[in-house]
Amino acid sequence: MIEELVVLFVIFVLAIFVGFEVITKVPPTLHTPLMSGSNAISGITIIGALIVAGQGDVVVAKYLGMVAVAFAMINVVGGFLVTDRMLKMFKRKPEVQK
Amino acid sequence: MTAALIKLLYLLAAVMFILGLKRLSSPATARSGNTMASVGMLIAIVVTLVFQEIVGWREILIGMIVGSVVGGVFARTVKMTGMPQMVALLNGFGGGASALVASAEYYRYLEAGQGVPLNFGIAIQLSVVIGTLTFTGSLVAFGKLQELVTGKAVTYPLQKILNALLLIGTLGLAVWLVIDPSNPVAFAGVILGAALLGVTSVIPIGGADMPVVISLLNSYSGLAAAMTGFVINNEGLIIGGALVGAAGLILTNIMCRAMNRSLANVLFGAFGATVQEIGGGPEGAPGDQTVRSLTHEDAATMLAYARQVVFTPGYGLAVAQAQHEVRELADMLQERGVQVKYAIHPVAGRMPGHMNVLLAEADVPYDQLYDMEQINPEFPQTDVSVVIGANDVVNPVARHDKSSPLYGMPILDVDKAAHCIVMKRSMRPGFAGVDNELFYQEKTSMLFGDAKDSFKKLIEEVRQL
Repeated sequence: MIEELVVLFVIFVLAIFVGFEVITKVPPTLHTPLMSGSNAISGITIIGALIVAGQGDVVVAKYLGMVAVAFAMINVVGGFLVTDRMLKMFKRKPEVQK
Repeated sequence: MTAALIKLLYLLAAVMFILGLKRLSSPATARSGNTMASVGMLIAIVVTLVFQEIVGWREILIGMIVGSVVGGVFARTVKMTGMPQMVALLNGFGGGASALVASAEYYRYLEAGQGVPLNFGIAIQLSVVIGTLTFTGSLVAFGKLQELVTGKAVTYPLQKILNALLLIGTLGLAVWLVIDPSNPVAFAGVILGAALLGVTSVIPIGGADMPVVISLLNSYSGLAAAMTGFVINNEGLIIGGALVGAAGLILTNIMCRAMNRSLANVLFGAFGATVQEIGGGPEGAPGDQTVRSLTHEDAATMLAYARQVVFTPGYGLAVAQAQHEVRELADMLQERGVQVKYAIHPVAGRMPGHMNVLLAEADVPYDQLYDMEQINPEFPQTDVSVVIGANDVVNPVARHDKSSPLYGMPILDVDKAAHCIVMKRSMRPGFAGVDNELFYQEKTSMLFGDAKDSFKKLIEEVRQL
C-alpha cells in the first residue's frame, strides 16, 4: 500500500522537474498559449471521469462522473481549440520570401 | 498483460504532452506542439474507453457531447481580449472535474463499506480540497475579469483571520475523514469549506493582480489532476497534472517578479482596494512641473523621419481596440524605411503574454515583438519611443526613488530614447497610484486622447508627408 504510494510519488516529483525544465524554455511571447494549452493538459483528469462515469455499481458516483466528464471535456476541447486559434495567428514577417 | 499495455499507452500520452510543451519553445513549432499534446489526450481517452471495463455508456456519451459542444463554442467565440476570463473558466472546470472524480471515488468506497485505504484517503481529500477551491476561485476570478463582480479588492474586518480559520477548519475535517471516512456529512463539510475558501481567498485580490491569480489557479488545477491520479492509481494523470502544476508555478513566479511583489503580498496585500494619492492627485502636475503636449502633425513628422521607433503597448491599447491601427501605422513607417519594434513588458495585458496574442491578432509579426531584456539595451539607439496606454511599467521612479512603491520593479527604459511620445487619455496615475515622472521629462511629449482616434490621425498625417 505505502510502497505503491511512494512509487507514484516518485513519478510525481520527477514529472514536476521535467515540467520546470521544459516550461522555463517557453518564451514570454507564448505565455498565454502556454497557459491555455497546459490547461487543456490538466483536463487529463478526464480519464478518471470516464472511469467513474462508466462503472455500473454506484449510482451517485456514476452521475458525479457524468458531470466530471462534461467539465473535463470543456477543459480539454476548449483548451486545445483556443490554443490552436491563438497559435495560428503568430506569423513571421511576410518580407522573408523576397 | 493488458494492464501493462494500458500503462504503456498512458505513458505514450504523457510523453506526447511533454514533447508538445517542448515545441512551445518557439512560435514556429508551437502550433504543431499543441496538436501533438491534443493527440496525446485523444490516445488517453480512447485507451480508457476501450480497456477500462466501461458499462455506463449513456452517462459518458452525454457528458462528452455536452462538454465538447460547450468547450468548442467557448473556444470559437471568445474574443482575444477575453482570453484571461476564458483561461480562468477552463481552470475552474478542470479543477471541478478533479474534485468530482475524487468525490465519486469516495462514494464508491462508502458504498462498498470497507473503509478507505490510507493512501487513497489522503489523495481523495487533497483532490477534493484543491479541486473545489480551484473551481470556486476561478469562477470569482472570471466574474472579476468579466466585470460581473467588482474588480476592486474586497476587504472586510478580520478577513485574514476568518480565512485562516476557514482553512484550518476545512483541513481539520479533511484529516478527520482520512482517519475515519465513514461520515458523509463531514465530507460535505470539506466541500463546502473548500468552496467558500476559493471565494474568500480570491475576493480580496484586485483586478490588476488577476494575472498572478490565474497563473496560480492554473497550477492548482494541475495539482488537483495529479492528486486525482493518486486516487485512481493512474500515472498519466500524475505526470500530466505535475507538468501543469509546474507551468502554473513558473508563470506565477514570473508575474510576481515583473510586478515587484511577493506572492504573499499579492494574495494577502489587498492591493488596489484604495488608490493612494501620491503627488498632485489625478488632475494636474504636482508643483511647478510642466507637461509638454504635441499635435498629431508634429508627432507624425517625428515618427516618419526617425530611424528606429519602438512602440510600448499597455492594456490601454487593448481597451481602445487600437491594435490594428498601430500595425497600420507601423507598416507605413516601415515602408518609409523606419525600423519598427514593439517592447512588451511581462505584465502588459491581463495575463502573461496577453499583449503578444493581441498584437498577433492584428497581424504584427512575432519577430518584431521584443521582451524587456531584449529591448532595453536598444532604447538609447532609438529615436522615438511611443508609449500607448502603459503607465507604471515605464515609470523611471522605479529605478531610483527608494520611497516609491514601484521602486525595484523592472521597467522598460522608454525614457532613454531620444524622444518619447506618451499617448494617454488623461494625467491619471496608473494602477499603483503613483505619479509618473516620465510625463514631466524634457524629452517627453504627451499626445492626449483616445488611442484609436490618435492613431487614425497619425496615419492620415503620415500619408500626407
